[in-house]
Amino acid sequence: MSVTQSDFRGAIMDGGKDRPEGLSDAKGHPAGRRFDVYRNNVAVSLTDALATGFPTIAKLIGTENFNAIAGVFLRQSPPSSPMMMHYGEGFPEFLEGFEPLAHLGYLADVARLELAMRRAYHAADAEPINPDALSALPPERLTELVMTFAPAVSLLRSPWPIHAIWAFNMQDGPKPQGISQDVIILRPGFDPEPHALNAGAYEFITALMAGGTLGAAAAVATDDAPNFDLSATLGLLLTGNALNSIDLPS
Amino acid sequence: MFDSQSTPSKLPNRPGVGYKPQHYADLIEDPGTVSWLEIHAENYMGDGGRPIAQLRQLSERFPISVHGVGLSIGGEGALDADHLARLKHLVDWLNPTVFSEHLAWSTHDGAFLNDLLPLPYTDATLQRVCDHINQLQDTINRQMMLENPSSYLAFDESTWSEPDFLREVASRTGCGLLLDVNNVFVSATNLNYDPRAYINEYPLECVGEIHLGGHDEDEDDHGKPLLIDSHGAPIVDPVWALLDHTLSLSGEKPILIEWDTDVPDWATLHDEALRADAALAKIATGVAA
Repeated sequence: MSVTQSDFRGAIMDGGKDRPEGLSDAKGHPAGRRFDVYRNNVAVSLTDALATGFPTIAKLIGTENFNAIAGVFLRQSPPSSPMMMHYGEGFPEFLEGFEPLAHLGYLADVARLELAMRRAYHAADAEPINPDALSALPPERLTELVMTFAPAVSLLRSPWPIHAIWAFNMQDGPKPQGISQDVIILRPGFDPEPHALNAGAYEFITALMAGGTLGAAAAVATDDAPNFDLSATLGLLLTGNALNSIDLPS
Repeated sequence: MFDSQSTPSKLPNRPGVGYKPQHYADLIEDPGTVSWLEIHAENYMGDGGRPIAQLRQLSERFPISVHGVGLSIGGEGALDADHLARLKHLVDWLNPTVFSEHLAWSTHDGAFLNDLLPLPYTDATLQRVCDHINQLQDTINRQMMLENPSSYLAFDESTWSEPDFLREVASRTGCGLLLDVNNVFVSATNLNYDPRAYINEYPLECVGEIHLGGHDEDEDDHGKPLLIDSHGAPIVDPVWALLDHTLSLSGEKPILIEWDTDVPDWATLHDEALRADAALAKIATGVAA
């Protein structure tokens, strides 16, 4: 009889299903445990890929819990392409809806931070602007400035202290305080870095990313946070090689 | 059929290693006997960043073999057009010395299972594999090499032996073959045949590259040895002996050391490459295996 790949896949992903018939040990015995090599390879390799992609989540809930949860996720959402560098795009939403973890409300946003770091790692390269280019501009026209961002840069907003949770687990940072945090992912060289943003900076950078002028973006930020620190935020963007063009529209 | 004459370059008949980023500094400083590198295509399909930058630099110093692990050439369904396009993009910018893929499937019905899954050897699967290889070779406009799998079980429906199946694929498509000697040893142990007999039947004239790697040992339901291809351990002596047997029939070939999990330090990996070097030297000086 003929074993279809649909049968094969079904039995790999569901350990409760019978192994397909028509597979043997070459001496006439049913394949038995030999088939389980494939079950194990698939589950272990996908679990490892998730653990590599979400090390903070694995640390937060422990390896055993992580492996059990990954086992549920990988059966529900196997990779949709051989691009394993993208596997787990749906993991944050999965964590959000996973009832046994409902008491750890921050997990999904921490997973989003890790996904954003991974995307930044593989993002296209971009030549950063020379910081001197800013000071060379006529000061009276600075408010008209528009800028574009490197493909590696992204923003996250969370009601949880996701940067502090990441830093506490991955970098021996101080114990997280119960605050909300906005985060920017920068890639000054090849290694992505998450940075917590000060008040107003998220609004400021969001406005710039949408093509707004420096003046308009600063106004939005100050509106939201009267103590918004423009020079510190610009400094972070410059040292993080976040900008790949600045322009004064004529 | 693809015209195999249009592939101008070949790997040197020397040891190479599967490239791991943790060995980058060692490789740049002193590659020792390692004369070429192999990369997994799918790890270099991002838009930029360190992986692409490192590969660009390495390709200026070493011949590069691109080894695909995700095309699912043995799949029942059509090849993934997006993935074919990604492979073409990589091959176009990198211009590697060779490209290879597996006699296996990994994608079915939109799900990629990240493992090399087995197929039966029948007239129908032969035609399908040949169609897919023709499609790939036409897309990347070069010859590919097809690698023999590690087998843990047999399909009752198979009507072709693996060496005959591979010979027929090579003959119909003009593709080359990548002979994984560890896979032969693993499959022969698991399916109870003589690995030397397999090598004797194998179309060695089509082989453009040899793979060597480590495997794990387990048992099946009846207490019989069940070897599992892991690429996570040293190459065992019987596999080195099988390499000697192979080289005595084939002459010198490019030999790759594959160590993908529990990756060792550079010195340990390089020692394996030195051993491959010694096997090649024996052939070159005419010392019989």
